[in-house]
Amino acid sequence: MMQFMLLFSRQGKLRLQKWYVAHPDKLKKKITRELITTVLARKPKMCSFLEWKDVKIVYKRYASLYFCCAMEQEDNELLTLELIHRYVELLDKYFGSVCELDIIFNFEKAYFILDELVLGGELQETSKKNVLKAIAAQDLLQEDETVDAALREEETPQGFFEDHGLG
Amino acid sequence: MAYPMYEVDWSVLPPEQNRRFNPAFNIATIKQVVNEAIERVRMPTPTRLRDLIRQIRAARTAAEERSVVNKECAYIRSTFREEDSVWRCRNIAKLLYIHMLGYPAHFGQLECLKLIASPRFTDKRVGYLGAMLLLDERQDVHLLITNCLKNDLNSNTQFVVGLALCTLGAIASPEMARDLASEVERLIKSPNAYIKKKAALCAFRIIRRVPDLMEMFLPATRSLLTEKNHGVLITGVTLITEMCENSPDTLNHFKKIVPNLVRILKNLILAGYSPEHDVSGVSDPFLQVKILRLLRILGKNDAEASEAMNDILAQVATNTETSKNVGNTILYETVLSIMDIKSESSLRVLAINILGRFLLNNDKNIRYVALNTLLRTVHVDTSAVQRHRTTILECLKDPDVSIRRRAMELSFALINGQNIRSMMKELLSFLDRSDAEFKAHCSSAMVLAAERYAPSNKWHLDTLFRVLLKAGNYLRDDTVSSTLQIVSSAAPERQAYAAMRLWSSLERSAVSGDATEKQPLVQVAAWTIGEYGDLLVSEASNAISMVDEDGVDDFVRPSEEYVIDIYQKLLWSTQLSINTKEYLLLSLAKLSTRFTTQPSQDKIRVIIDTFGSHIHIELQQRGVELSQLYRNYAHLRPALLERMPAMEAPAAGPDARDDSDHDPDLSDASPDHKPDQVADALLDLIIGSDSLTNGDVDHKPSQPPPSNNNSSSNDILDLLSGLDLTPTAPSNVMNNNLSAAAPAPAPASLLLDGLFAAPAHINTPVTQVELPTVTALEKNGLRIVFGVQRGGDTVTLTMRASSSASSTLTDFLFQAAVPRTFQLDMMSPSGTVLPPQGEITQVLKITNPSRSALRLRIRVSYNVDGVPVLEQAEVSSFPPELFN
Repeated sequence: MMQFMLLFSRQGKLRLQKWYVAHPDKLKKKITRELITTVLARKPKMCSFLEWKDVKIVYKRYASLYFCCAMEQEDNELLTLELIHRYVELLDKYFGSVCELDIIFNFEKAYFILDELVLGGELQETSKKNVLKAIAAQDLLQEDETVDAALREEETPQGFFEDHGLG
Repeated sequence: MAYPMYEVDWSVLPPEQNRRFNPAFNIATIKQVVNEAIERVRMPTPTRLRDLIRQIRAARTAAEERSVVNKECAYIRSTFREEDSVWRCRNIAKLLYIHMLGYPAHFGQLECLKLIASPRFTDKRVGYLGAMLLLDERQDVHLLITNCLKNDLNSNTQFVVGLALCTLGAIASPEMARDLASEVERLIKSPNAYIKKKAALCAFRIIRRVPDLMEMFLPATRSLLTEKNHGVLITGVTLITEMCENSPDTLNHFKKIVPNLVRILKNLILAGYSPEHDVSGVSDPFLQVKILRLLRILGKNDAEASEAMNDILAQVATNTETSKNVGNTILYETVLSIMDIKSESSLRVLAINILGRFLLNNDKNIRYVALNTLLRTVHVDTSAVQRHRTTILECLKDPDVSIRRRAMELSFALINGQNIRSMMKELLSFLDRSDAEFKAHCSSAMVLAAERYAPSNKWHLDTLFRVLLKAGNYLRDDTVSSTLQIVSSAAPERQAYAAMRLWSSLERSAVSGDATEKQPLVQVAAWTIGEYGDLLVSEASNAISMVDEDGVDDFVRPSEEYVIDIYQKLLWSTQLSINTKEYLLLSLAKLSTRFTTQPSQDKIRVIIDTFGSHIHIELQQRGVELSQLYRNYAHLRPALLERMPAMEAPAAGPDARDDSDHDPDLSDASPDHKPDQVADALLDLIIGSDSLTNGDVDHKPSQPPPSNNNSSSNDILDLLSGLDLTPTAPSNVMNNNLSAAAPAPAPASLLLDGLFAAPAHINTPVTQVELPTVTALEKNGLRIVFGVQRGGDTVTLTMRASSSASSTLTDFLFQAAVPRTFQLDMMSPSGTVLPPQGEITQVLKITNPSRSALRLRIRVSYNVDGVPVLEQAEVSSFPPELFN
């Protein structure tokens, strides 16, 4: 089971954090800080695995962004790399050649996609198509609500999702 | 901002004749516009999420960023107070961004719950996202979400159900799990695959949190494997895996699904290309790996189940494309399964060969995995792993710490009697260049391996000395004592050899000034040279070959004075630890009986005397004590500083090590733990780290020890020597300590008699003293008796512990507790070691202002033959005269 997933930049800025274990906020921050430092200190030629406390850290760098998962001892490290890759592929499909800025400005979308791929720390869907379908359908639901509201001539809050493409 | 140009208020004409009148503006519109304007002034439109992100990113300094964030947070807080529901969703989204930057956002928790309760999907989506990020199961707020979840789990919209399941899966606390388990169970049976798969994983998390809830999910679980949808299949397999690991009964229950799993796996590898699940030519590796793992759990220790999966494992192992990471992922999992179940031997050979290929792979990740797996399988088939020894040793030089760590552990697992020499050579050079974090573990493991497989005593000593040299201060303390034990039990010519080798190292590090980095080495060297210094400087040492591994013999026999000079240099160093200096000082004292020339003797004496005024009390005491051996007690010196008898190896040692060596996961925990026990046992046997004199003297109990434990009798001797021995009323301290011997104020001579008899009255039976005594404890040869005395409100109890056991009780600790109405004052005990027929006394003063019946609870702990013992008792049989 995945205990948590962190996305952070080469500069050490956190871009996404998903926790599947209950830790107090303070501990989460401590773990994040320590882990970012440790991973960033590793050289590019080194392997993607790191034994860290009682978890196995599996990380991979895509362009300027590090994807970093904490797995339990029984988990398959190589498969975790595939999982990270799958997530990147999904982001790429969704945003159209994704870059760090897409994830910064649309972090909630990145969370939504992750939530359709992984649930409770385990993979829930192995088909890319199904994940993207579910995301598209939910985005549509949101848009419908916006259109409905506009038709009813109500005060329409400019939803945070309206300003796409502003990244 | 378009204000209506409408001047009806000041036009005298009726509206229809007013040319400037615009019929589009009626009163209602005007009111609305005005209200909006006011509203906008009062509550401006909140910054958009993307604008905020842009603002924050534009901040050039941390302070600037903080000020943007603080301003926005203050604004968001104010909207939360105003119950403004229109912008809540946007505000929470902003807050989540701010939270990711590391700022506090807990004040958004309740707002998330409000969003979740909203009927709008957008609100729910953001609300649940916020709940997953902000809620903490340590706070009660998270329980408020349970009701919302329950409602949404019953929603008609699959995506709303999906959101609720996703949130439950991420943050389910035990309470939530209990409350919502039945809803989840119902949803597993849903015909909708989207909901089914999420519910299955939710059930997985619920069982993780509350294993008791597993039963209720069992019926719904099995049918998950009959589905075609891969999402449902993989979540089903995950759920079953968790259940099987949870209880052996469930494991048996699921044995019958082995054929189903085999069939699914077979379909996956035989089916043609399916674009939906293909990953670089491999069909759904995620599902394959999960099934392989479940098969491993089901086939473990079960011949029948293993038989049923042999074929498919062989098929997977041979048919999987290995040019990409995916293929290797599956092979890795397959190898683990093959090694874990009762598989055919041909299959095992296949698996080990796969790992051999992995080890040679260019990809670091694959090499890491190979080492990891070999470590797990080394106990199953050592000889197969041995074939890859060279490659594994090569990995010790890898620049990657993860790989080095694995290679090191694997190397230790591979050491045996045949390869110990070559392996140790590699490991020694590894130890030399390894990082600090490895040194402790590596050196301990090397010491154990050397002890176990040493081909000769000389080799063993050489290896230990090299480890001492290379591990420096990272060496664990127990290694020092175990090395000393080995040296002390070696043959005499080996001891001379050891002294010479260690002298070379000691001299080299003293001269180069790196002795502070190698204190364990200095300690071992000091002890050895102290014991066998005469062999070091004697002519006989010429006969001993000092050719080292490079074939060079560069040993130069030192002069006695030179040895002393080096000692002085080290003792004068400010950076050596007190512990190391204690070793050195005592060793120096020993050398005074080993060396013969007058100049060296004089030097030793001068050095020892200077320690009589050392700033550290422990060293000062040693200095004073040892210098006494030059003065009043000079006649005792040769006997006192004799060579120590050979130390025995601790009996428990080898067994404990055997266990840890066979342990397949030679994890950090076990070696950490076991050598400590060895060390404890050793410490009992030989000089402890800080009780050098004591340990030494223990071997010659006949000598009056320059004892360093502040035993009461010594204190009193000091006290009395200052007194004029006039019959004064004994002070309290004296009274307490003497109460056994001298009950009442007595003439000084009597007092003295009592005192000087003190060492002798070890054998005096307690009953001879004419005082009321109370027996508190009599168990296993240990007898604890209280001598009782009363003075006003104060009761003085003298605890005497005597032992009739055959072994010495060490670490003797006596504790006592009284009810609250009493006050207890305990003096320090006369000692912590209770020899057979010996005695320990300790005085307890109890104040009893209420004069109630005295009750006492006592606890006694001690070690006998290394086994800790704890006794407790309650004592209430005190004579009534004591308290009324």
